[in-house]
Amino acid sequence: MEILTQIFIQPFFDMIGDPILFLQVIWEGFVTGILYSLIAFGFVLIFKASGVFNFAQGIMVVFAALTLVGLHENGVPAYVALPITIFVMYALAFSVEKFVLRSLVNQPDIILFMATIGITYFLIGLGESIFGGEPKVMITEELLLPYGSITFFDDMLILQEIDIAASIIAAISLIILGLFMGKTRIGIALRAVADDHQAALSVGVSLNTIWVVVWFISGIIALITGIMWGAKSDVSFALSIIALKALPVLILGGFTSIPGAIVGGLIIGVGEKIGEFYWGHLVGGSIEGWLAYMIALVFLFFRPQGLFGEKIIERV
Amino acid sequence: MFYREAGQFKTTYIADQELFPVKQDRWGLLIIIGFSFVVIPVVANDYWLQAILIPFLIFSLAALGLNLLTGYAGQLSLGTGGFMAVGAYSCYKLITIFPNTNVIVLILLSGFVAAGFGLIFGIPSLRIKGFYLAVATLAAQFFFEWLFARVGWFYNYNDSGAIEVPVRKVFDIAVTGPIATTEARYIVVLSIVTTLALIATNIVRGRIGRAWMAIRDMDIAAELIGIRPLYTKLIAFGISSYYAGVAGALYVFTYLGAAEVEVFDINISFEILFMVIIGGLGSISGAFFGSAFIVLIPILITNLPLILGIPINAATVEHFNFMIVGALIVLFLIFEPHGLAKIWSIMREKLRVWPFPY
Repeated sequence: MEILTQIFIQPFFDMIGDPILFLQVIWEGFVTGILYSLIAFGFVLIFKASGVFNFAQGIMVVFAALTLVGLHENGVPAYVALPITIFVMYALAFSVEKFVLRSLVNQPDIILFMATIGITYFLIGLGESIFGGEPKVMITEELLLPYGSITFFDDMLILQEIDIAASIIAAISLIILGLFMGKTRIGIALRAVADDHQAALSVGVSLNTIWVVVWFISGIIALITGIMWGAKSDVSFALSIIALKALPVLILGGFTSIPGAIVGGLIIGVGEKIGEFYWGHLVGGSIEGWLAYMIALVFLFFRPQGLFGEKIIERV
Repeated sequence: MFYREAGQFKTTYIADQELFPVKQDRWGLLIIIGFSFVVIPVVANDYWLQAILIPFLIFSLAALGLNLLTGYAGQLSLGTGGFMAVGAYSCYKLITIFPNTNVIVLILLSGFVAAGFGLIFGIPSLRIKGFYLAVATLAAQFFFEWLFARVGWFYNYNDSGAIEVPVRKVFDIAVTGPIATTEARYIVVLSIVTTLALIATNIVRGRIGRAWMAIRDMDIAAELIGIRPLYTKLIAFGISSYYAGVAGALYVFTYLGAAEVEVFDINISFEILFMVIIGGLGSISGAFFGSAFIVLIPILITNLPLILGIPINAATVEHFNFMIVGALIVLFLIFEPHGLAKIWSIMREKLRVWPFPY
């Protein structure tokens, strides 16, 4: 009976009893959720455009952040390092398309998935041989990002300025991407490819160009994620673990849905923090590692295609 | 010419249903098994056995298990490491509870615990497919990692949080623990792997294996011809997890000697998936080829500069190791997506008609 109270009643009393703390927990979850959303967004973009389940998204985040910080450490000023990093991400997108994807057209999904794991290993090795394996500090000040914190309710609710900036930047980049996808010629071509490869080919859309563009956009998203996450913790290869945290987000939102990635990211981010804070201590803590997966797994029983995914229609 | 099966007539049904119908296969396999049992323990030194052969065999077993699930039944799984951990930890608990039982029996029994959990985590496969399922199996991976790190009962509440293998004897020869010789451990691993591999070969050619392949190729069509997806998929998860569990138990008990749950992290799941893909999906021998490849490549990369006399520091080698393995995987997928097993079957075709072109 005691344990049932602790599981089903006590946490809710805690929430109501200290609403400001509850708000703080939700805010922390929200900020993490935004970063999950960004990673999931990169996944979805590539999955829709090329059917590739891009495992390398996580390492792209690390690689982009490492390049930026590594360049700065070697004396390149931040405003030069940023464009160079963007160019490096373009070169990466170009080489992935040229050397990997182009040779693997028409292979089964699992082969493409394995290829992206191969890319992941390659990028880990490359990043470590160029920039070394030790954790680095993100150049927050040089990028003109705010730091410090704002407090409300007599210092009870603390919001980090970098988190607020992250949310705003994430929102702005999503809006820009939305406009890009909706209004520009290449954006429309991108949506056409996502809809139907063959139909897009038949009206003269070049698949190869689109793939480069898609990987490049994912690379830029990875850079944004890398800067934001790097500002919260160190820049190191341990960051790539967050890519694995983005997978349940994908399940929840559906592999093919961009709104799904965003909503799913926020649900997982907030749900995970609340679960950890109010229930985690009952089973020994650190349940963040798998809670998201369990949420997603239970969810899948009811909607196998995710929250916003396209209904899977099978034909014999 | 070397591989011609012409003239090998089967006169009885029993002969027709042999495990290896081609005489060359049969004899080749017998020679390989005999060689590994008799010659290798005598000839090979400790380094070879400990650094190459034992991990090769253990990973082959795990890859074999995953190959049954992914290659034959078509269910992609990323939770192999988790099930290996279940095998290892349940073997550890079993040995604590039944200290006097034969350790080999316990290793084989611990596979059943893993199989049980495999069944539980296989249930979602009825509703979800493909990458959704792969992500769902990651739940198993992370859950078990957390469970074995957090719940003290699994490692007998010792301070280090690691499980340490006690000394156990079979026929008065120590096979586990610090005093066991490398040869003894090698023989134990080899016997278990050989037996389980032969059983796997038998499973996949029988009713269960055919049902798996039908489900893999198109599950709706398989259902229409009377194969029950529920049982078939769950059996695949169960048997695959059994193999993974035994491999995990062997990994700790005969190879590492002591382990924390970190040795069964997500990377080992990926490594085993690599072995399956590089070896060849849907092939028993592929598991062995793939395992040999993944085990040998890092050793080669580490030792090659030493052999060639190029001075290079260990950290650089480590980084290059990642790069080269990554690049090799991509290259492999580009040039031979069907894996090493396919290369072997092409060679076999060539040998069959050699010296003629066809």
